[in-house]
Amino acid sequence: MTAVRFEHVSKWYPRYHQLVRGFKASLLHLPETLRSFKREQFLALHDVSFQIQKGETVGLVGANGSGKSTTLALIAGVLVPQTGRVEVKGRVCPLLELGAGFHPDLTGRENIVLNGILQGLTRREVLGRMDEIIAFSELEYFLDQPIRTYSSGMIARLGFSIAAHLDPEILLIDEILSVGDLHFQEKCRDKLREIKTRQVTIVLVTHASAEVRRLCDRAIWLQEGRVVGTGDPDSVLARYEQSPCVVR
Amino acid sequence: MKDLLLVLTQKEIKVRYKNSWLGYAWSVANPLAFALIYFVAFGIFMRVEVPNYPLFLIAGLFPWHWLANSIGAAPNIFLANATLIKKVRFPRNVLVASTVLNDGLHFLLSIPVILGFLIAFRFAPSWSWLIGIPLLALAQFMMAYGLALAIASVNLFFRDLDRLTAIAITFLFFLTPIAYSSSMIPTPYQAMIYLNPIAPLMVSWQQLFLSGSLSWPLLLLSYGYALACLGLGSLVYLKLSSRFAEVV
Ligand SMILES: Nc1ncnc2c1ncn2[C@@H]1O[C@H](COP(=O)(O)OP(=O)(O)OP(=O)(O)O)[C@@H](O)[C@H]1O
Ligand SMILES: [Mg+2]
Repeated sequence: MTAVRFEHVSKWYPRYHQLVRGFKASLLHLPETLRSFKREQFLALHDVSFQIQKGETVGLVGANGSGKSTTLALIAGVLVPQTGRVEVKGRVCPLLELGAGFHPDLTGRENIVLNGILQGLTRREVLGRMDEIIAFSELEYFLDQPIRTYSSGMIARLGFSIAAHLDPEILLIDEILSVGDLHFQEKCRDKLREIKTRQVTIVLVTHASAEVRRLCDRAIWLQEGRVVGTGDPDSVLARYEQSPCVVR
Repeated sequence: MKDLLLVLTQKEIKVRYKNSWLGYAWSVANPLAFALIYFVAFGIFMRVEVPNYPLFLIAGLFPWHWLANSIGAAPNIFLANATLIKKVRFPRNVLVASTVLNDGLHFLLSIPVILGFLIAFRFAPSWSWLIGIPLLALAQFMMAYGLALAIASVNLFFRDLDRLTAIAITFLFFLTPIAYSSSMIPTPYQAMIYLNPIAPLMVSWQQLFLSGSLSWPLLLLSYGYALACLGLGSLVYLKLSSRFAEVV
């Protein structure tokens, strides 16, 4: 069964200046504004097609700016592609960039509830898992402090603990494990292995090749918004590591 | 969905006021301070002739502050929740609903203060409040929600909307019979005041609090404008919401 299917997906980002310029200036330069809507776009993903089977663990690799986070955001349904189709079957638990899904002024505990509810659980369900989440994150001591006082590793710990305990069907992990300390990384790896046995689909974005080799069944290599390689992690990574560096 | 609204409203109170009692105190102190200053400037110095002018001011300023607070906060609603919007797919309009609901609750909770002033001036509350308050509050919720949704959405694309909103709120205030009564307006302009979408609603609140009467034509007009605002807001939101995550 396919959990995620991308069919000829292209994603542009707007590059219009209004964002910086504001409404008044846009009106003052109306013709220019209208033109810039059409012209200034940035192609982040170009005709991307792939499938991920249910229960598969897939590593997404590629240089900075190659479109990995964009791909995850499309799977999470946060972004919508301009052309092509994204089909996702199952409840997605996205662990996108660090701190996403948290409100900086709320405490760790309040953020756990907020985050769980945003992901579609009821308040009672989240509260029922609260203890497990807290225990796994090992952050008891800081739980009543606002998130903005947390270190990056602590935020990552909290984020991973929540996602791992909300019974995801599709788990998206963008890079956040690398900021955890060695002990926590090891703990996450064990947890991911356990989650894998439950037929959860995992998409892992990381620059640590070892991680992909250890955990993933398959790797997809993105370069400048295109899929340039897919298959067994060892062979894809071998080619990726030898390729000249392409950053845009 | 219910839980989402609840948790977001709690979060809103927490983030904005740190402490829910403080939030309530502000929602009472703010309109009272304005009532005092208008009473001094217009009532004593400019000698505006409105019977029971302090009461008249209070009856209009409390509901006005609900509307003004919600609309004033609107440009930043999505921006302040950027970390949530970028991560999870959830109905983002709930963020706006929770802001408006929060201001609305504060207004409803401050009605006893209005009642206190009425009694101090030897006015009696009326049974008609029991239907009047829910009817007017619903219309005002729809209106504030619709306008705030439109403003919050558009502000992601044109970031200077908060300045324009602040100016618009000032305009709206002085074009609405709150500091003056509608009978003071010269006849040729009398009808024109109802071109202002919030005027019928504010006049209805004043009549309800001061004389316990509900004017059905004004109520109908209020609902007409409220529905129009709701429609406008929903339309703008539907059109733009799929791109929130990439511009926020
Ligand atoms: N919101 C946005 N608006 C405009 N351009 C964007 C936006 N988000 C991403 N981009 C552009 O799209 C391209 C792909 O970005 P993406 O975040 O998917 O890269 P990535 O593969 O995750 O890189 P990294 O390894 O650095 O995390 C980048 O060149 C970036 O400049
Ligand atoms: Mg990235």
